[in-house]
Amino acid sequence: MTTSVDIASGATGSPYALTHLDALESEGVHIFREVAGEFERPVILFSGGKDSIVMLHLALKAFAPAAVPFSLLHVDTGHNFPEVIEYRDRTVARHGLRLHVASVQDYIDAGKLRERPDGTRNPLQTVPLTEAIQQHRFDAVFGGGRRDEEKARAKERVFSLRDEFSQWDPRRQRPELWQLYNGRHAPGEHVRVFPLSNWTELDVWQYIAREGIELPEIYFAHEREVFARGGMWLTAGEWGGPKDDETVEKRLIRYRTVGDMSCTGAVDSDAATLDAVITEIAASRLTERGATRADDKLSEAAMEDRKREGYF
Amino acid sequence: MTSPTKQLAEELSATTLLRFATAGSVDDGKSTLVGRLLHDSKSVLADQLEAVEHASRSRGQEAPDLALLTDGLRAEREQGITIDVAYRYFATARRRFILADTPGHVQYTRNMVTGASTAELTVILVDARNGVVEQTRRHAAIAALLRVPHVVLAVNKMDLVGYQEPVFAAIAEEFTAYASELGVQEITAIPISALAGDNVVDASANMDWYGGPTVLEHLETVPVSHDLTSCHARFPVQYVIRPQTAEHPDYRGYAGQIAAGTFRVGESVTVLPSGQTSKIAGIDLLGRAVDVAWTPQSVTLLLEDDIDISRGDIVVPSGDAPATTQDVEATVCHVADQPLAVGQRVLLKHTTRTVKAIVKDIPSKLTLDDLSQHPAPGRLVANDIGRVKVRTAEPLALDSYADSRRTGSFLLIDPSDGTTLAAGMAGESFATTKATPVQDDDGWDF
Repeated sequence: MTTSVDIASGATGSPYALTHLDALESEGVHIFREVAGEFERPVILFSGGKDSIVMLHLALKAFAPAAVPFSLLHVDTGHNFPEVIEYRDRTVARHGLRLHVASVQDYIDAGKLRERPDGTRNPLQTVPLTEAIQQHRFDAVFGGGRRDEEKARAKERVFSLRDEFSQWDPRRQRPELWQLYNGRHAPGEHVRVFPLSNWTELDVWQYIAREGIELPEIYFAHEREVFARGGMWLTAGEWGGPKDDETVEKRLIRYRTVGDMSCTGAVDSDAATLDAVITEIAASRLTERGATRADDKLSEAAMEDRKREGYF
Repeated sequence: MTSPTKQLAEELSATTLLRFATAGSVDDGKSTLVGRLLHDSKSVLADQLEAVEHASRSRGQEAPDLALLTDGLRAEREQGITIDVAYRYFATARRRFILADTPGHVQYTRNMVTGASTAELTVILVDARNGVVEQTRRHAAIAALLRVPHVVLAVNKMDLVGYQEPVFAAIAEEFTAYASELGVQEITAIPISALAGDNVVDASANMDWYGGPTVLEHLETVPVSHDLTSCHARFPVQYVIRPQTAEHPDYRGYAGQIAAGTFRVGESVTVLPSGQTSKIAGIDLLGRAVDVAWTPQSVTLLLEDDIDISRGDIVVPSGDAPATTQDVEATVCHVADQPLAVGQRVLLKHTTRTVKAIVKDIPSKLTLDDLSQHPAPGRLVANDIGRVKVRTAEPLALDSYADSRRTGSFLLIDPSDGTTLAAGMAGESFATTKATPVQDDDGWDF
């Protein structure tokens, strides 16, 4: 029927084998297009972190040369790295996107949320997030969560149904078969969608390198004033660190994840380029969250408990 | 000159992806095998191990319980069981792996079906002391039913049978005969001890009579793509891209993931179910124009003629179109707690198309233990596998699942609450071809 296809065979000898990055990219694009085809009001959670940046990149590719048919939503803890906010606004402007911001600070100011004694605002994001979803009547919410990040996330579906309170019930998930994603939901319910489910931290970095995607500078080694708390290097800031007994020092560090400043730790690193970061990640003996997230250490099921309440 | 880091990056990105699933009974050592694959491929990192050690100690266990690595939910840790499919990720220099880690318990047939639906390979564990048991046959039947291209029989606990070759050979022979009869295309039997590490990642010094690959070597080298030249090409349209901008005033692209085979520029194509024809004017591979594209690439097709196409249509080569039908006969695995009954109104999701449908008949239910058919069960409940006849409100371009896992599969969905009721595989299955009783004109209806 068809004549032989003239393609250089890769390392595996088959002319039709995709590299793992091509396979993941194709799957991610498929997921974006499924949502565009089946939902009325999808939104992409965008924090300016590397996972959401890769998500946006996939969305841009999926619909080119047309615009991305979704808006973005940032849940702003008020404790952001300025470099990241600057990156966020620049990206939104560059691609002509629409950005919604749900602000934890606004909720605190209005007395709807109370600051925690430890100053950590990460768990406080759930309420502004779920209220923004209801207010804008979003029916599909893209998140950058990856199953390799955390053991509760390893149980997460690509299409994950949430009830009207945004709750996740891990024991009542729909089986996910073949590439047939079931997005049916009742009014008031929504579906969380995770196009990077099958990606690992290393995949994300390799993809960023291959595609030449720009990132906020804090992902690369730089000198920064930090102090030690709970075995991690935290950045000094208005959020409440350091305390009197904590001393600030200048270190060569970088961030593996970007989140709330009060609970996102930096790692000692001299990796100033993408290649150096990839080499560092490939050799690391610590997981991304183990190295940099204080809030996951609160209990064995911290992530599961937050996710049940509606966290991403 | 290439820097060492650049070289590393190139090596890493040239690797391919293998999706595989594990199946095994509760005490066959599945967790140990998974734990060893993750551990010996250095995919368990220090902080994860530390967390497992900490949790094990706090429960009074002396050695770290590697099952805690894979049991992610509170209920699972509390009960010491796995209640749902989890996905694990690990990598070697040659390949990256996505492992669907499925619970072994009998009532979780649906979980094994879920894991096997996207797997290119299934590892079925047996205990060398027990040999092929009912559960093994059940796992082989599901692998055959789901048409998983490669099956590995891992004969575990060889250390407990003195590493004797005849024990392994007898089990391998019995399993291969059984699985081949079901239509499993490729079977590789490997004698292992997951606990002692024999033939999992490293070759065993205890079984020099075995000359084949270790489990990991086999996973690294098994082919992940098939001979696409003999496949029927299929392109379900997901989404129509129409920018309508000054730069692209007339652009009209059909976005989708190629479900099977290859497509090339200039090819004559037919759009189903309408039957309209055109030619491929261009293929856009995520921003790059290409002459040829194949499964599972996500692409955008541009056609020469401005014809009416929308989400749910399927583009096929004009000389190789499947028949469209409103009467679907299939094998289904029931995956929901609520039953599926004759006369029930459902939604059928096939590729990118969802249509109304009605269950006309459930002619038989399969008993996995001995593959016998129970006629006219009337309804199916969780974990049942049965034959169904469904009438759809609109014609579907459905392939046989035997020809295409992607365009021969579908979901049945409850329209009232959106629950996924059943996983369907169109056409004949091993079970129906094997069924020997002569049917009268009314089929099973006696």
